[in-house]
Amino acid sequence: MKGINKLAYKLLVNDTAKFTALLLGITFAVYLMMFVTSMFSGVMKRATSTVINVGAPLWVMDPAVETVSNSIGMPAYVLDAVRSMRGVKYAVPLYVGGALVKLTDGNYQSVTVLGLDDTSLYGRPDLIEGKIEDIYAENGFVVVHDAEFSKLENPRIGSQFELNDNRGVIVGIAKVITSGLYGIPTLYTTYERAIQYIPNPRFTISYVLVEPKSPSDIPRIKQQVEALGYRARTKEEFMKNTQDFFIYKTGGGINIMIMTAISFLVGLSISGQTFYTFILENLERFGALKAIGAKSRDLVRMILFEATLTAFTGYGMGVGGCVLLIWVAKLRLPSYAAMVTFGNLMVSLAMVVVIAAVSSYAAIRRVLRIDPFEIFRG
Amino acid sequence: MSKTAIQATGLVKWFGEGEAKTMALREVSIEAQFGEIVYVVGPSGSGKTTLLSVLTGILRPNAGKVLLEGVDIWEMNPDQLADFRLAKIGFVFQDYHLFPRLTTAENVAIPLVLRNKDWDESIHEAEKYLDVVGLKNRADLYPVKLSGGEQQRVAIARAMVDQPDILIMDEPTASLDGDTGVAILSFVHKNVLHQDRCILVVTHDDRIYQFATRILQMQDGKLKGSEKSGP
Repeated sequence: MKGINKLAYKLLVNDTAKFTALLLGITFAVYLMMFVTSMFSGVMKRATSTVINVGAPLWVMDPAVETVSNSIGMPAYVLDAVRSMRGVKYAVPLYVGGALVKLTDGNYQSVTVLGLDDTSLYGRPDLIEGKIEDIYAENGFVVVHDAEFSKLENPRIGSQFELNDNRGVIVGIAKVITSGLYGIPTLYTTYERAIQYIPNPRFTISYVLVEPKSPSDIPRIKQQVEALGYRARTKEEFMKNTQDFFIYKTGGGINIMIMTAISFLVGLSISGQTFYTFILENLERFGALKAIGAKSRDLVRMILFEATLTAFTGYGMGVGGCVLLIWVAKLRLPSYAAMVTFGNLMVSLAMVVVIAAVSSYAAIRRVLRIDPFEIFRG
Repeated sequence: MSKTAIQATGLVKWFGEGEAKTMALREVSIEAQFGEIVYVVGPSGSGKTTLLSVLTGILRPNAGKVLLEGVDIWEMNPDQLADFRLAKIGFVFQDYHLFPRLTTAENVAIPLVLRNKDWDESIHEAEKYLDVVGLKNRADLYPVKLSGGEQQRVAIARAMVDQPDILIMDEPTASLDGDTGVAILSFVHKNVLHQDRCILVVTHDDRIYQFATRILQMQDGKLKGSEKSGP
C-alpha cells in the first residue's frame, strides 16, 4: 500500500468507533437492498417458471396475454396456421391450466397442469423416477418434485388421485429448473388428456410452442403470427413481459423500489453523517497537513481512499450477510424464493458507490475549504 | 559567513474591507540567517501569526516580497508552494496538531509520507528522529498517552524528520509549564539548530528569550528593531 493510502487507512481504521459505525451503516444498507431485490428476483424467476421449464424458443399466444400463468385459449386452426408458416421447423400445442385434485385423504389441492403435445412431448421435464413413455399409460401424470411436492402427500409412482372425477396415476417424478410462483404442485400429462380431464372453454390451446428453422427466421415468424391476429414472443421476451407485468401492474415493483430507496437513504444518512463527522473531527489536522505541504489533491485522495475502502468493505459484508441469510432460509424453507443475481449485485454496488460519492463529496468540500492560516490562528 | 534563509521586504497584509479593514502587517521587513534562532515576540493581535503565515507561503500578502533561500515564494503556484513548504520548512504548531489515532512514530512520519516515501521506510526514519528527541521508547504510543512536553517533542521530531532548512515554531511553550518550556527550547537550541538551519520562533513567553540569537519585537503590525545577542 502506498504511504499516503496507508496514512488514510490508519486514520480511518484506528478510529474504531467511527469505522464500525460507517461499516455498519453501509453493510446494513447493502444488506437491505440486496435482500429486497433478491426477494424480487426470486419471485420474478418463479413467475416465469413455466417459460423456463418448458424452454421453447418461441411462444405464440393471444395478444392479450400478460403473464404465462394467465393464458387465453386459442382455436385449433392457429396451430395449423403456425405449422404452415415459413421458417417454422415444427410447432406443438401446450395446455397450461389450473385444477383441483382430490387426494386419498379426501382433501383437495390446487395444482397446475401442463398438457404436452401427445406426439412429441415437447417441453417435457427430466425424470428422476419412472419412464416418460408411461405418461401415455391410462390416467398417467408426472409430478414435479419441487418445494410443493409434499402438498400432494409425497406421491410415489403408482400413487392415485382424483381430478374432476377422473382417476389420475403418478407414473413419473420429475425435476425442473425452477419452482412455480403460487405455491402449488405441478403435474404434467399429455395435451389430449389435459383437455379431456379438465373442464375447459371452447378454445383449449394455451400456447403454440414453435421451433424455428434458424434464429434468423424468428422475425419473419413473428410477422406472420401478427398478421394472423396473434402474437409470437421469444422465450426472453415472454419472461420480460411477465416480469414487467409484476413490476408495473401489480405494485410489487413500486414497493421494491420504495424499499430499496429507503435502504439507500438509511445507508446514506448513517454513512454520510458518520463520515462527515469523522472528517470534521480531523479537520484541524487536515489543515495542519495542508500547512506542512500536503496538496489538496493529496487530501482528496486520502478521503476518496477512505470512502472507497469503507464502501467496498461494507458492500462485501452486506452481500455476504444477505447470501448467508438466504442460504440458511433455504435450508429451512426449500420454497424460499430469494435469489442473488448479477443485476442485484450491480444495483447495490451502484447504490454504494453513490453513498460513498455523496459522503466523500461533502467531506472533500469541507477539507478543501479549510485554510491552514486558521491552524496558526488557533 | 552566514547565508540568508528568510528575506522579506515591505510586507503589507490587511483583513476585511472598508470600515472593517484591519491592518495586520504594515510595511514589515525581516531577514534571518542560517544558523540563527530568531524570535518574533509581541502581544496578542500584534500580527505575529500573520507574519508567520505570510513568510511560510500560507497567507498571501497584499504587498511585499518573501524570499526563502533566495526564492520568491509568492511567484509560485499553489502546488509548487506546497512542495516547497514540504521540502524546506518544518512546522511546530502551537497545539501540536498530532493525529490522536496515529502512533507517535506514525505522526512523525507524516511529512515523509506526504513526499510519497514508502510507509515502512518512513516509520523507520521517524523512529530515528524520535530517538533524537529522546522518545524512541514512546514510538508505539498514541499522543494521548504522552505528556505535553513529550507531545511537543514529537511535534519537533515531525518538523525535523524531513530535514528542513527552516523550522517554524508557533508559540512552542504556550501549552507547557515553565520548566518544560525552557527544557524544550534548550533542546532545540542544542540539538536542532545548526549552521544550515534557521529557526523562527513566534512567542510571547519571556522565559525562553535566553535561547534566541535575535529577538524582534512586533506591535500593531510593525516590527520594532529590538534585538538581543544569543546565549
